[in-house]
Amino acid sequence: MSRSARTILLLAAIALSAAQSGAALAQASAKKLGLGREATAAEIAAWDIDVRPDGHGLPPGKGTVKQGEELFTALCAACHGDFGEGRDRWPVLAGGHGTLKNDRPDKTIGSFWPHQSTVFDYIKRAMPFGNAQSLSNDEIYALTAYVLHLNDVIKDANFELNDKNFLSIRMPNADGFYDDDRETAEKHFWNRKVCMKDCLKTEPKVTGRAQVLDVTPDNKTAPRVD
Amino acid sequence: MSEETSRRRFLTGAVAGGLAAAGAGSAGAQDKGKAATAIKSNPKNQPPNVPSWSKVLGDGVATHPYGKPSKFERHVVRRDVEWLTASRESSVNFTPLHELDGIITPNGLCFERHHGGAAEINPLDHRLLVHGLVDKPLMFTMDDLKRFPRVNRIYFLECAANSGMEWRGAQLNGCQFTHGMVHNVMYTGVLLRDVLREAGLKPNARWLQVEGADSAGMNRSLPIEKALADCILAFKMNGEALRTEQGYPLRLVVPGWEGNIWVKWLRRIEVGDKPWLAREETSKYTDLMADGRSRRYTFIMDAKSVVTNPAPEAPLRYKGRNVLSGLAWSGRGRITRVDVTLDGGRNWREARIDGLVLDKSLTRFYVDFDWQGEELLIQSRAHDETGYVQPTKDELRKVRGVNSIYHNNGIQTWLVRSNGETENVEIG
Repeated sequence: MSRSARTILLLAAIALSAAQSGAALAQASAKKLGLGREATAAEIAAWDIDVRPDGHGLPPGKGTVKQGEELFTALCAACHGDFGEGRDRWPVLAGGHGTLKNDRPDKTIGSFWPHQSTVFDYIKRAMPFGNAQSLSNDEIYALTAYVLHLNDVIKDANFELNDKNFLSIRMPNADGFYDDDRETAEKHFWNRKVCMKDCLKTEPKVTGRAQVLDVTPDNKTAPRVD
Repeated sequence: MSEETSRRRFLTGAVAGGLAAAGAGSAGAQDKGKAATAIKSNPKNQPPNVPSWSKVLGDGVATHPYGKPSKFERHVVRRDVEWLTASRESSVNFTPLHELDGIITPNGLCFERHHGGAAEINPLDHRLLVHGLVDKPLMFTMDDLKRFPRVNRIYFLECAANSGMEWRGAQLNGCQFTHGMVHNVMYTGVLLRDVLREAGLKPNARWLQVEGADSAGMNRSLPIEKALADCILAFKMNGEALRTEQGYPLRLVVPGWEGNIWVKWLRRIEVGDKPWLAREETSKYTDLMADGRSRRYTFIMDAKSVVTNPAPEAPLRYKGRNVLSGLAWSGRGRITRVDVTLDGGRNWREARIDGLVLDKSLTRFYVDFDWQGEELLIQSRAHDETGYVQPTKDELRKVRGVNSIYHNNGIQTWLVRSNGETENVEIG
């Protein structure tokens, strides 16, 4: 079990009796209140749009890099740029490989996202911005293929992405994540003695000032006392 | 009269008292262009005169069927930072912490963060679907949900990115902007575990996907242990229906955890055996460390505090007696103590906590002090019941670097100059 899962379990144990696991809960059917009605298969199918990294929820379908490029130019490039470079402050989708340790990292789908399922899941539920849930599954396969091609994850410009080969793709930063370790990595923030009197050897000096940057919306009109 | 002119006149007129008074608040960027004239005082309404409001009738009971704050409080509004985001539909605004007191945030001032605009949902058409690893998939109307046993709980909600602009140093010169992505209200709702029990969890149920009905289809993965512990499906805040921008008619309450997982406009809960690793738990809301790797599932909001008065928007106006006020909170439990320094950390004193001290709730503290115009470097330091002591920003940077965006709970410093003007600074 991962460390964070252990932490969560521990927290849960404080909040409720350990016996209240999923299994125990399932058996507590005697306490049912008879509220709600059974959802139909059609209702679930219409709303169940999520896709997991293990392929759970991945719908049948297919789309090529080329088809994706056409769709992207028509539906996405206005914000994300023709090559996923991002216009104005809209998200940059491509590039940034190897920059995660840099002073200014470039977190894109190719440089940062650990799972290709997230691309599919997100496009399906939220894109295009302002016209969500308007794309067919084939269109989403094509767009996912094109965005991964922009990131050199799919190198072949004639590639067809489909539900059969979807899981064969591996994202460059797939191993770049680890579970919350604050309770060990930051253990020194707990139970420390705090100084209350004569705590500093040297005079505290101002090392940074917000007014120098002058990016606060109200900065010029904020209450001044001069 | 332009906004600038009126403000200048007001300030000039107010200098009479020695130290100048601060304006009745500054108009936000979004107010520019509107006739936002500053409030002026009128000696004719001051003693020994009889003020106008003592002579004439005020509004009758039918004038304001839904009450609003006094017009003299019109500067107390949420504000946004236009350059932060590409659009205002996927953006954030901030609670004016420096104008509030006590621990409860008024509904209309609770900061907003949405990813596809605030969905406007007819509650009669809203449904909650619970499916996946359950004995029986269920569809609930709002009326169905309100027939479960109800609970009332006060919790803070803090965006994981609160203070996120400050990782590289003092940047935004206002308490509203550095710390205003937090609010604290009383929720009324039903326990998520009661609703899950109704569907019946399969033994291999480990994670829930919780999903909103907005155009972002906001989805997050919630560990089953937390879902069964204390999560609430809320339909009221501070006694009245949730505000549209807070998820009307139904939102998830996940006490102590980052705001993003408190899914608004909640429409679907899928029970699964693994997490979904959606965009908002991989690309966003993960914490990039200096070594290029990232922490994920950093759900809990660590203990944090901030002095809300004085602050850049609320300078000190008077020599002599003053009230320093602030807020402290922890996602791990109750606040047990808050220390305050006025001299940049040389000497600290324990602040006076007043009002309710609740689990995972904002907690109000005060320091009553005398000021003779000396320069102050003000900080506050929160302690919680797990023994956690709020770290300095440099202590956080030492562990995490400066690129993690989220979970910046470092100690804030305000510099108060001899004229009372206050600025967001860092000290070393």
